[in-house]
Amino acid sequence: MTSTTPPSGSLAPHGEGGEGHANHSLTGFVIFLCSESVIFLAFFSGFAVLKTSALNWLPAGVEGLEWRMPLINTIVLVSSSGTIWLAEVLKAQGRLWGFRALWLLTMALGAYFLYGQAVEWSGLAFGFTSGTFGGTFYLLTGFHGLHVATGVLLMALMLVKSFLSGNYDGGEEGVQATSLFWHFVDVIWIILFVLIYVWQRH
Amino acid sequence: MTSATFPASEPKPSWTRYFSFNTDAKVIGIQYIVLAFFYFLIGGLLAMIIRGELITPAADLVDRTVYNGIYTMHGTIMLFLFIFPVLNGLNNLLIPTMIGAPDMAFPRLNAVAFWLVPIFGTLLIASFFVPGGPAYSGWWSYPPVSIQNPLGHLVSGQGLWLTAVALSGVSSIMGAVNFVTTIIRMRAPGMGWFRMPVFCWTALAAQTLQLIGLPALTGGAVMLLFDLVAGTSFYRPEGGGDPVLYQHFFWFYSHPAVYVIILPVFGIFSELFPVYARKPLFGYVYVALASFIIVGLGLVVWVHHMFPSGVAQWMRNLFMVTTMLISVPTGVKVFAWLGTLWRGKLRLTTPMLFCLGGLFNFVFAGITGIMLATVPVDIHVSNTYFVVGHFHYVIYGAAVMGVFAAIYHWFPKFIGRMPYEGLGKLHFLLTFVGANLNFLPMHPLGLMGMPRRVSSYDPEFAFWNVLASLGAFLLGVSIIPFLLNMVSSWVLGPRATHNPWNAIGLEWLLPSPPAEDNFGEHVPTVISRPYGYGLGQPLVENQEAIERELNLQEARA
Repeated sequence: MTSTTPPSGSLAPHGEGGEGHANHSLTGFVIFLCSESVIFLAFFSGFAVLKTSALNWLPAGVEGLEWRMPLINTIVLVSSSGTIWLAEVLKAQGRLWGFRALWLLTMALGAYFLYGQAVEWSGLAFGFTSGTFGGTFYLLTGFHGLHVATGVLLMALMLVKSFLSGNYDGGEEGVQATSLFWHFVDVIWIILFVLIYVWQRH
Repeated sequence: MTSATFPASEPKPSWTRYFSFNTDAKVIGIQYIVLAFFYFLIGGLLAMIIRGELITPAADLVDRTVYNGIYTMHGTIMLFLFIFPVLNGLNNLLIPTMIGAPDMAFPRLNAVAFWLVPIFGTLLIASFFVPGGPAYSGWWSYPPVSIQNPLGHLVSGQGLWLTAVALSGVSSIMGAVNFVTTIIRMRAPGMGWFRMPVFCWTALAAQTLQLIGLPALTGGAVMLLFDLVAGTSFYRPEGGGDPVLYQHFFWFYSHPAVYVIILPVFGIFSELFPVYARKPLFGYVYVALASFIIVGLGLVVWVHHMFPSGVAQWMRNLFMVTTMLISVPTGVKVFAWLGTLWRGKLRLTTPMLFCLGGLFNFVFAGITGIMLATVPVDIHVSNTYFVVGHFHYVIYGAAVMGVFAAIYHWFPKFIGRMPYEGLGKLHFLLTFVGANLNFLPMHPLGLMGMPRRVSSYDPEFAFWNVLASLGAFLLGVSIIPFLLNMVSSWVLGPRATHNPWNAIGLEWLLPSPPAEDNFGEHVPTVISRPYGYGLGQPLVENQEAIERELNLQEARA
């Protein structure tokens, strides 16, 4: 999904009534995110349909999902939404080093989330092909994890850009888009956590 | 801005730009349309084989397995490689010029979206040459048939099909983000929502549907791919999966996809009828808004494709009602077009003939659509030729004819030369007669019970099948005058003036063909609604000066 990072409109823009020099990238990115959320909606509804109609939801020998580690991951990801927000606030105040520090912290939290996800995966007794339970579990967490990884990469890109002179002169669409993407990934995780870990039937 | 000045005829750009990574929407538009017609010929050839097989009751032309591959590829090519690309081509040509933008919002993304088309097109065509042949599970690719891989190769026709469809989805989403952003953000000064041409309204509506619907198909197709190659069981009943779930994902997109196709064609009708009837579009605001009512309703009708698939009775009732309701906004449009034509000074040019023929076919398809929305009728004719006849009236009878109308109408603008009327009218006649002769007999066949996707049938169905096959061959022949017309008028046609049809719209205030950045710095300010035919009010500020300048340029050339 990284390929969909919008290239900046290179043409002289002219909005309705000549409303200044708007860059369309953020508009395009918001439209893309709305569209992207439908894939998750499809996966979530597929999960719900398969789970509610299953005769034997859990594969033989599987008791259910351990929720403590994912809960820690949830706390990590939710707080990273806070740190990225703070980073943006600092940047708006012109405190670029504070922005970079918090931005880096957000990246670290994202990386920790991925690490936690990997540890959880490696300790599980079931695989991708273990019925619809295993299939939907790895599909949802994997697809979400891919988005987390994309978010961390985008942040790294924006961090590098912050050191290039004059990069943020023309606007902050890249930083805003990355931040928006990160909140999106966070909200998706909360829904995912409720669906997979909280809603367990024994 | 006193007098608009356009750069006097620039050095002629090289034809090689059509084979390069060009970011000009007008070049990309023509790339899309020409490539789409290349695939149209391949898809059409497959249709000829299908109708050749069906001209006799026995399976005597091709092997049954090959036949399954042929109709699967016919449907897939016509939808994903012909009709969507050709409409995206029109979007690229028309949206920026109609709203006075220099280009699309994201020109490079636009070029990437285009170049994905030949890539996935090649992948799809290549599947004819892999062991086991192309995908053979129909264009909808239902499991369990679509998750069988009897030969066990990693690269199978079905796998290539899924990859191609996924890439087509990526390309369409890139296009949709671009079109929507362009329409929202880049309109000319003074062009409020209700001064926007209806084609842009319908394009916006159609691309909104792409953005909402397509990800669902992508999600469903990813799960199908995992079932096929990784051994998961999302859709495998023996592993606890649910094959009907795939049908929901598929039709959640693929029903709205029909509106993605037909909405821009509604836009074409709404643009062309006023030009050739010399009257304002009747009920402009309602025609514009009805597009979005179709979007809303179009998203909640998909289960009507699944009435016999074992869905709950309440779902059948609910989706029967929503499906019937969609005929209300559609009817609003049809009556608006009739109101536009009523007592107009009709000019029966080639584009107008294609519009009238397309409208006739669309109304017919709408009536059979209402029949199919009714649960008992639908269950009776499900999987028969009645359904095939219905959607070919929509897609070929209405949509493809609308696309032809648009091509003849805007050819002078973007190529700079006039197409020949005689060849155009011959093309229309062959298309209209061929389409009706081909697709009308499918309705009695379906009511008699002939199933679709068979290569042999009971001799009692022979009469109507012979008629249908003759109609199909006529449609095959109809392409010859079209191609002849396009190629010869592109090379030799008389030079077009900036407004040969005497039409009203921003695109007709540009030279033919327009400069690379369209209006450049001199975007006119829109001061009235579109379609002011016979009202005598100018569309933009200083319209006289702009037109005088264009006439002067043409006189000099």
